[in-house]
Amino acid sequence: MLIPCPHCGARLSEEFVCHGDATRQRPAYDASDEAWTDYVYLRDNPAGAHREHWYHAAGCHAWLVVTRDTRTHQIIGVEVAR
Amino acid sequence: MGYSAFSLLKNALTGHRHWRPAWRDAAPQAQYDVVIVGGGGHGLATAYYLARVYGVRRVAVVEKGWIGSGYAGRNTTIIRSNYLLPGNIPFYELSMQLWEGLEQELNYNAMVSQRGVLNLYHSDAQRDAYARRGNAMRLHGVDAELLDRAAVKRMLPYLDFDNARFPIQGGLLQRRGGTARHDAVVWGYARAADRLGVDIIQNCEVTGIRSEQGRVVGIETTRGFIGAAKVGLAVAGNSSRLAAMAGLRLPIESHVLQAFVSEGVKPLIDTVVTFGAGHFYISQSDKGGLVFGGDIDGYNSYAQRGNLPVIEDVCEGGMALMPMIGRLRLLRHWGGIMDMSMDGSPIIDRAPVDGLYLNAGWCYGGFKATPGSGLSFAHLLATDTPHETATAFRLDRFGRGAVIDEKGQGAHPNLH
Repeated sequence: MLIPCPHCGARLSEEFVCHGDATRQRPAYDASDEAWTDYVYLRDNPAGAHREHWYHAAGCHAWLVVTRDTRTHQIIGVEVAR
Repeated sequence: MGYSAFSLLKNALTGHRHWRPAWRDAAPQAQYDVVIVGGGGHGLATAYYLARVYGVRRVAVVEKGWIGSGYAGRNTTIIRSNYLLPGNIPFYELSMQLWEGLEQELNYNAMVSQRGVLNLYHSDAQRDAYARRGNAMRLHGVDAELLDRAAVKRMLPYLDFDNARFPIQGGLLQRRGGTARHDAVVWGYARAADRLGVDIIQNCEVTGIRSEQGRVVGIETTRGFIGAAKVGLAVAGNSSRLAAMAGLRLPIESHVLQAFVSEGVKPLIDTVVTFGAGHFYISQSDKGGLVFGGDIDGYNSYAQRGNLPVIEDVCEGGMALMPMIGRLRLLRHWGGIMDMSMDGSPIIDRAPVDGLYLNAGWCYGGFKATPGSGLSFAHLLATDTPHETATAFRLDRFGRGAVIDEKGQGAHPNLH
């Protein structure tokens, strides 16, 4: 699997560390237990397009948001996380 | 027809032309008491115990492909009960005891082989952790032996004991652990369930879960609607997709785990051995191939295939453990999709929708759990109460902070 890093170009996936689902939003610190449980544990886990964080550990150290099809591993889009 | 030495001889003398199919190819009926989704080991075992132990009459198992075509056919066939935590040990030991009587119970040769499972340790800290694990097992009546370096050397002299980075100091051995033939487990449960009247409906994919007034009343399938008073999901790898049909989100991510078989060689490895400094486990099948695996790839996947970095990592683990396998050629490798739960432990529980029941989150420990999972899920489906060994596998444990985290490292879908 090649991941096109916006800074480094297409690089092998082994240069990156995957940190999973990028759609989750950390709740406010005083949010309900349900909101925190949802954030920490629950996942959409889609079969299809999945937005996920990848960290370019052996490259430019950028955090990326990669959109990838979980059925085929095809990379649909890459942007720098912010 | 029961299988016996006599039936084998009789059929051998007639050229093996008169064997009957081991189970009926059932067509779906309009209504069942219980429908199990997923014709793998867990689903078929559940159906068998529902009929055998709990006397439930009208039971069906629906499977999108053919039975055993999912992850029951893609694992590395290891059975063991070497767990640490109280929520896990009684359950996996129940499963181990069911393995020990399985072939007589089912009248089917599942090739259960108690050849031992040896987990190696490579440091003082790891020895202490394994001593603790072994003590926990023995306190629960499970066999465990802590071996020192000399004892491991007598058992497996060909390991790389003086590896400069990961010298082998000893291991934790469960002699009652071992392997079983995964396909035969599926076929044995299918045949036994079929003889008790369970309908096994193949090539029947679930496309929806129908509810009326907040209660599940059946499933939509590619072969039409099938009504059911209770629907049980045993579809590890795809649990999130099925649960989403009932509007649920689960504490699960689907990940790919790769496994490997080498070309066949003469008897070489007579146990199951795991490398403690990396992630690598290996045994030898009765056909001679070395069966081995390691870590998941580490990203969400439903693709049933993995990538090269993990293949390299697994093979490096193997070479660090037993350099003699370096000249063997790889015969096959494949990927299976795992329900990776957020604490590394399974879920056997009622869903928050009436009439729907979950058997999910097996990470990559599902095969060994097959008999215990079937019995526990059948108990839950029949009685609406958890089996006494499976009371900790609740869906709401994550929100309650009652996770069963064998690795002790918090919420992340890379535990097992």
